[in-house]
Amino acid sequence: MKFGVVIFPGSNCDYDTFYVLRDVLGQETVFLWHKNHDLQNVDCVVLPGGFSYGDYLRSGAIARFSPLMQEVAEFADRGGMILGICNGFQVLLELGLLPGAMLRNKNLKFLCQFVQLRIDNPATPFTRLAQRGQVLRIPIAHFDGNFFAPPENLAKLEEQGQVVLRYVDEKGETTEAANVNGSAAAIAGLINRRGNVMGMMPHPERASEASLGSQDGRLIFESLIRS
Amino acid sequence: MIDPKLLADHNLTLEEYERIVALVGREPNLTELGIFSLMWSEHCSYKSSKNFLRKLPTKGKRVIQGPGENAGIIDIGDGLAVVFKIESHNHPSFIEPFQGAATGVGGILRDIFTMGARPIALLDSLRFGPLAAPRNRAIMDGVVGGISSYGNSIGVPTIGGEVYFHEVYSKNPLVNVFCLGLVAKERIFYARAEGAGNPVLYVGSKTGRDGIHGATMASAEFGKEIEQKRPNVQVGDPFKEKLLLEACLEVMEKGLIVGIQDMGAAGLTCSTTEMPAKSGTGISISLDLVPQREEGMTPYEIMLSESQERMLIVAKRENVNEVQKVFAKWDLDAVNIGEVTAGRNLRVSFRGETVVDVPVDAVVNLCPVYRRPSRKPAYLRSVQKLVLPPPPGDLNTALLKLMASPTIAAKEWVFRQYDHMVQTNTVLLPGADAAVLRIKGEKRGLAMTLDGNALYCYLDPRTGGAIAVAEACRNLACVGAAPLGVTNCLNFGNPEKPEIMWQFKKVIEGMAEACRTFEIPVTGGNVSFYNDTEGTSIHPTPVLGVVGLIDDLDKLVGPGFQEDGDSIVLLGENREELGGSEYLRTVHGLENGRPPGIDLEREKAVQELCREAIGKGLLRSAHDLSEGGLAVCAAECCLLSGTRIGCAIGLDDKLRPDALLFAESQSRLLVSTAARHLSQLLKLAEERAIPAKAVGQVGGKELIIRQGGREIVRLSVEQLYEAWKRAIPEALSV
Repeated sequence: MKFGVVIFPGSNCDYDTFYVLRDVLGQETVFLWHKNHDLQNVDCVVLPGGFSYGDYLRSGAIARFSPLMQEVAEFADRGGMILGICNGFQVLLELGLLPGAMLRNKNLKFLCQFVQLRIDNPATPFTRLAQRGQVLRIPIAHFDGNFFAPPENLAKLEEQGQVVLRYVDEKGETTEAANVNGSAAAIAGLINRRGNVMGMMPHPERASEASLGSQDGRLIFESLIRS
Repeated sequence: MIDPKLLADHNLTLEEYERIVALVGREPNLTELGIFSLMWSEHCSYKSSKNFLRKLPTKGKRVIQGPGENAGIIDIGDGLAVVFKIESHNHPSFIEPFQGAATGVGGILRDIFTMGARPIALLDSLRFGPLAAPRNRAIMDGVVGGISSYGNSIGVPTIGGEVYFHEVYSKNPLVNVFCLGLVAKERIFYARAEGAGNPVLYVGSKTGRDGIHGATMASAEFGKEIEQKRPNVQVGDPFKEKLLLEACLEVMEKGLIVGIQDMGAAGLTCSTTEMPAKSGTGISISLDLVPQREEGMTPYEIMLSESQERMLIVAKRENVNEVQKVFAKWDLDAVNIGEVTAGRNLRVSFRGETVVDVPVDAVVNLCPVYRRPSRKPAYLRSVQKLVLPPPPGDLNTALLKLMASPTIAAKEWVFRQYDHMVQTNTVLLPGADAAVLRIKGEKRGLAMTLDGNALYCYLDPRTGGAIAVAEACRNLACVGAAPLGVTNCLNFGNPEKPEIMWQFKKVIEGMAEACRTFEIPVTGGNVSFYNDTEGTSIHPTPVLGVVGLIDDLDKLVGPGFQEDGDSIVLLGENREELGGSEYLRTVHGLENGRPPGIDLEREKAVQELCREAIGKGLLRSAHDLSEGGLAVCAAECCLLSGTRIGCAIGLDDKLRPDALLFAESQSRLLVSTAARHLSQLLKLAEERAIPAKAVGQVGGKELIIRQGGREIVRLSVEQLYEAWKRAIPEALSV
């Protein structure tokens, strides 16, 4: 599978993601510069974490206007695979490829820590190697990860199986304490209705090697590779 | 026009002024006076410290660059080098905690990437006043928030450091920021202005009126007027710096430039004088070409501004277009503002007139060096006297109190706000003895730590200085790393007071002796004097940053116990040394006595033993005994194990029970080993003549410590955990 990792000014997980895809998982991987109108025939576009344009406005609000985002939106329309991680998820929300918005974390602080995530939809190209209810240990690192959507939209997301990942405790239960950033319905990862665009706040690229304390993140990338 | 008041405003003495007149050959104008005042400030010139800093060893076979450049460089083999430095941002962080700390991070990052290295780690040593005072809580919240905002955004992990609390830092918090970068040896860059005719390029943010006189501010005591100094603090823009970082590394990698320097303290003044001074050249610039974000700025303001995120580049003439293309790719301007000249002056023009014409050597190298008088402080006699109070009946309560003392308590509230995992190299999470990074594609790892016990230095500066080095190296030994080099940040009071100068001299003597014993060179650092507010000085606070190398990360151990049934071994000797301990301070409210003694040869041998045992795969965990002594160390080994496992320890020493538990005697480590490796470990210790004793076993859910068979501590690990974990969040959420 050929992956393309987008670099916005201010992206800072671009190299980390590239390293996991190319050096750890052995996939053909290229960088996609945000100013170019060229997706280089990739099979999957990854929008990496970071602080695109410094996130001085809403996170991801300026990156959505990058020239390359036109091609990314068209790529999504054609059914191309897109994964947005952290800031990349925020960009997908701003692009309107995924529904909802991000608020500041409930404690109003940046949070960097390992969390537990439960797979609530294993029938996606991003989670097909998982079991329903399987719990993954993957770190988060964000200030604006408190997912928000109005109640009627939340109900729809649930109904349509769009909630892929939720913050849970070690037993796989959703609790207030485990929902560290205060997300609505403890949502950590979402997919679009068509099933080709996923956004997640946790960083799977930081949990893809044993020496970093967890390899659970590989499940996301490996699911994609097998799809 | 230059009168005594103007000189006082510029922190220059009459003698210094006369010297300037002699060096320039005439009366300087106001802009020139401003330039000298900045470059001759304590902060930039090291005029009070130079004589003493010479005592520190700076040579070693791995040293590529010692003191005198933006940062030190150590060869780590295989074509790679590490570039590292520590800097203080104390005064700005007191005036405006968030931006003060944030720009401290921004400044040290520039020092590293100007040398061609990609920054891969940040660590911070922070000292605050007690959290009972709302102002101190606000300062801590602001400082941690500022570090977090800058480091997280630019994508350099903040992987460790230390946080101490003491009343002396209430009106003078310390924010010392350390950064380390990795560079291929053949791609190192220096701050040079070579080749007459080569263009001088200004890159990065536009120049504003912010930060004028920052370096002079850092070179004077604070009074009550600090609110008025707020405009002296700059505002950081980590996004701009991220662009600058990527663009600078790109032009360096492409070999397009000759030299580069950041415009940190003293801004345009510093870079346009230091670069040619090092190359035996001069620089000529036009201020009309300097990008400005405010109207009507005078030459004085432009030259003295400390606006952040700016760099000065000397490029090869034929490469200017190529350099500008790279900067344009990152949405930055690279403006040609002048050129390198064969003459040895800095010439600055503004609206057709020459407004500055001074010899760069005079500005950079000819500042007077002072041998300020020193005198042993009178306070020492009284504070070194210690009448020990009787040990408390309930040692469990004393231990819980220590675990909840903010200096010892868990710092998760702090570390959780720092992105400590970005760049995916962090193999040991914050909270361990040392921070450890892997080097991608290699078995080797880098370890680093910051350390310094200021109370020890207050009670006995020489011993305190030696212990600061020893303990930092011991932290590295706990992860199996051999120390390679040292950077230091020396935070002291007003050097014009002879007692402060005496503390400074003694601390350096202690540090120098320890560095020589451990055979580690000092490659640079920073001196922060004038840490006095309203006449009160901080404790002498040297902060040591030590960098080490781990040969094989597969053998890495952390501080936490691992397996039920493992044997616990104490390396080193317990002594009745309670002076200066966290126990006396927290439990008895005493800050007296002499700090623990240190035998540097023994210390070195203990560290070598620990490294060798880790290298041979004999250890499951290793943790250093420091603040809080044996009991706190053992408790931390339980708390830092993944499952919060307990342990039972038995000792026979005939010391006071509180001294056995809480004394901070040096050169001790608590390690755990699989039962099958125990005899091999003890034998190794015997060969090296290091006292080593199997003192207990890992297991259970309690921490139990016995002395001569009598139980003196029994606490559930959960109870210890609650006390340790909750202390800081609760103190901050009042």
